[in-house]
Amino acid sequence: MTGSAWLDLFLAIVGGAIRVGTPFLFVSLGECLTEKSGRINLGLEGVLVFSAMAGFGAAYLSGSPWLGVLAAAGSGALLGLLHGLVCSLPRVSDIATGIALMLLGTGLAFYLGKPLIQPQAPQIPSIPLGAWSASQQVQSALSINALFPLGVLMALGLAWGLKHTRWGLVLRMVGDSSDAARALGTSVTAVRVAATAAGGCIAGLGGASLSLYYPGSWNEGLSSGQGLIAVALVIFARWSPIRCLGAALLFGGAGAIGPALQSVGVSGGYYLFNAMPYALTLAILVATCSPRQSLRGAPMELGVSR
Amino acid sequence: MSTATTAWREHAESVLLPVLALLGALLLFGAWVAFGGVSPVDTWVLLFRGAFGDSFSIQNSLQRAAPLMLTALAVALPARAGLIVIGGEGALVLGALGCAALPYGLPGLSGMWGCALVLAAGAACGAAWLGLAGALRQWRGVNETISSLLLGYIAIAVFKHLVEGPLRDPGSLNKPSTLALNESLRIASLPGLDVHWGLVWGVAASLAAAVWLSFTTSGFAVRVVGGNARAARLVGLPTNRLILLACALGGACAGLAGAIEVAAVHTAANASVIAGLGYTGILVAFVARHNPWMVPPVALLFGGFGAAGSLLQRRLGLPDASVLVLQGFAFMLILGSEALRGRLLPAARAPAARATPHVQEVTA
Amino acid sequence: MRLDLSNRRHWIKTLGAAGAGLSTLGWSAWAQAQKPLTVGVVYVGPKDDFGYNQAQAEAAAEIKKLPGLKVVEEENVPETTAVQKTLQGMISQDGAGLLFPTSFGYFDPHLLAVAAKNPGVRFAHCGGLWSEAKHPRNVGSFFGYIDECQYLNGVIAGHMTQSKKLGFVAAKPIPQVLRNINAFTLGARSVKPDITTLAVFTGDWSMPVKEAESTNSLADQGVDVFTMHVDGPKVVVETAAKRGKFVCGYHASQAKLAPQAYLTGAEWQWITAYKAMVEAARSGAPHPNFLRGGLKEGYVKTSAYGAMVSAAARKNADDVKAQMQKGTFDIFKGELKDNTGKTVIAKGKVLKQTDVELESMNYLVEGVVGKV
Repeated sequence: MTGSAWLDLFLAIVGGAIRVGTPFLFVSLGECLTEKSGRINLGLEGVLVFSAMAGFGAAYLSGSPWLGVLAAAGSGALLGLLHGLVCSLPRVSDIATGIALMLLGTGLAFYLGKPLIQPQAPQIPSIPLGAWSASQQVQSALSINALFPLGVLMALGLAWGLKHTRWGLVLRMVGDSSDAARALGTSVTAVRVAATAAGGCIAGLGGASLSLYYPGSWNEGLSSGQGLIAVALVIFARWSPIRCLGAALLFGGAGAIGPALQSVGVSGGYYLFNAMPYALTLAILVATCSPRQSLRGAPMELGVSR
Repeated sequence: MSTATTAWREHAESVLLPVLALLGALLLFGAWVAFGGVSPVDTWVLLFRGAFGDSFSIQNSLQRAAPLMLTALAVALPARAGLIVIGGEGALVLGALGCAALPYGLPGLSGMWGCALVLAAGAACGAAWLGLAGALRQWRGVNETISSLLLGYIAIAVFKHLVEGPLRDPGSLNKPSTLALNESLRIASLPGLDVHWGLVWGVAASLAAAVWLSFTTSGFAVRVVGGNARAARLVGLPTNRLILLACALGGACAGLAGAIEVAAVHTAANASVIAGLGYTGILVAFVARHNPWMVPPVALLFGGFGAAGSLLQRRLGLPDASVLVLQGFAFMLILGSEALRGRLLPAARAPAARATPHVQEVTA
Repeated sequence: MRLDLSNRRHWIKTLGAAGAGLSTLGWSAWAQAQKPLTVGVVYVGPKDDFGYNQAQAEAAAEIKKLPGLKVVEEENVPETTAVQKTLQGMISQDGAGLLFPTSFGYFDPHLLAVAAKNPGVRFAHCGGLWSEAKHPRNVGSFFGYIDECQYLNGVIAGHMTQSKKLGFVAAKPIPQVLRNINAFTLGARSVKPDITTLAVFTGDWSMPVKEAESTNSLADQGVDVFTMHVDGPKVVVETAAKRGKFVCGYHASQAKLAPQAYLTGAEWQWITAYKAMVEAARSGAPHPNFLRGGLKEGYVKTSAYGAMVSAAARKNADDVKAQMQKGTFDIFKGELKDNTGKTVIAKGKVLKQTDVELESMNYLVEGVVGKV
């Protein structure tokens, strides 16, 4: 391939990474927040699908994509709240609740979303970062989702907030040692429920990104396990919001690489290509975990740090 | 005396709580459809008729329950050893592949022994896959929920790649499949019923698992590990091997489910095998509280939901997602009902007995 | 017991149908109005997906209007024992006498298993390859030669493309899909012989994110006219439109979604086949086992041209279409080379649309960039 063809491929992957990675970014940030408080939310798949549907429906009915975004974030928060509340009951496993939420969220979304498969809703605007270039390709690759910069800001904000603010400290304390938090008088349950609801809210933005920007349509096959993969992503990123950003882009790029390669003529084995992000995550987990020391950065109260 | 009443209360609660939760879910579902303008009473009647109303419905429910029993065991067995493994779908899919692929290497297979061999091949593939998740946890500290999830996706990708590539039957044009299994290797229907022998396998596996866990030494050891791994190690139990055993047995069940799907239903391995049976099995296992005795009835319940869902679509025009919604409500409520344990049937003790401290209450 | 009961009921129905058939020779209109028939339709996905299932649902909605006809439908039925139970349920619980299982994957072994148990019920499968030697008489299959419409798509695309690069987003490399890709390319190359088609396979029938990604990658490569063969074309149509490219539709008309980008489309007209099956069932005529047709027989149709389609393109396409409607146009004829240089149709040989050889196509013609 010529030099310009390589550049084209590179740009296509960058564009794809941002396009496909935006939902990953939001869901992993939401999950990161929840896990920092010591609770794991496997139900984000259901949250993602439901908020995508809610966002699409609200945008379609109201005519404004931003109302759709609001609706998506709101429904994400509601479902997160449900998860948090059910998990606060004694003897309830948060993994089981997560799976129940996944089911409920997906079921409700498909049920209510039936009339939304056909219509079109107003889309979230794009920011044409590539306007400086004459090449149509660069322009489209760098024409990004308006929510993406919001996600980047959120990642930075979360990272800073966790380290430098009081609520960040409280959150981390609840996640690392609930006894210490209780001793200081904080209500561990309240913090966890709030963190789960906030996490759901952020994940809802990921849903809005799916149905109101890319692919920009409501359909029952919209999410292919992205919510679940976000859980793996958070571990991959060692619970750091900034690394979540990088990991989301990586996974997005890996998702975009299959079709990109086919379009330049490299085909065959596309199923294996599509499985690359999962295999990569597993490989990294195997390489970096050890039975003796707990995962560095893992909140102590989280069940995954064994 | 009070131990006996406590035990009775516990057992009663174990049955009452999920039943009440289920009734609550049905009520909630009725309210949900009423919101959409459909009569809840009609819905409940159809749910019952569609699941258990006539001989066709019962057989429909049984048929759908058969693989669910096995995939539920794939979650329940490792759970008794303390692990939450949700990769049953991947094990099922590889089991299907193993079953369909064995005749490629041993073309002369036929008859009952051949059938047993292909089923065993499927079980072995599944066992290896979930065993891998268990091994990764014990020897590399990788969380088994995440690793089994990732392994599941990888298994599905490998399956699709092999079925549509190297193992593809050149005659299977518009629906890429492996070569169809020899007639004699297939699993037939139970005599007089429209349900295949997979049902018997499911029930037998559940009973075997229940007996193993309740009455054998190794089963007991696994339960100890599940209760408190640290204590088990202190007592000298080989925790690594026991956990691996539980995972492998669970995986074998899922793999067997996949093999049965090929041998009894599809006759070849193709993309139709990937039907979410593994994920529904997770549900069944949690609702049955990982107790193999309870797996067959809970699987039948969920099979009934699925069977009724068809009728809800055709008669009331409800979307097919209604079954998912009902399952979601049921699951949430059953999980939440756990909080009522110990509070639902408060001790009806004689006042005099209250004077003495009841140590049992603390451990209830 | 249950089997006996249902067999008896269906024996009675069949005898009744036969008797009615005999007595309505010459009284067919009256008889058709009197004899109630329950028809069951089974979809593998949602009915309103702007694609494959919707095309079937539109035909089902049309036959619902016929008097004395009751239609029961079930959607999202996977290709497992679930569909067997659905079909059997429609027979036992709803009394269906004619069933339309619409997904290709339902045929073997599911439909065949249920058909064997219910010899008095008619099954009309879409896309299956019925053969007298292997399959029972109460099963029939119907399909349309939509590649004729894809050829016309290609002709229009050939006129409208500036970059001479066309894009085809496909699900899996199976014969029905390959036939469409090839017909599209041949149509385009009949206008400009140096046009190339870039084909991308997503791996499954409904994967919105992958379809959007494929469309974007192809657009990055300079493709300016798209078409597709996936279950729900909505995503490809909208994504192509967002990139300012043209698109030709498939399965059903997606013109509403992107009127400024939609050139034309290849659509099914299943009502033709549905009507044939229903009329045979009601009049007691033997079940049609193998129905195939193209533009001429009315099994497929093309969408109206978009406003931006040039006059030259319209004329070209209309000319070819007229020939197809007369049955005088052949798409696949020698000498035809595939994209590896091998000759797949020898010089002088002509394959008619009905040629069974076409149903096992496993190559991509010269001009297509992609691998099977």
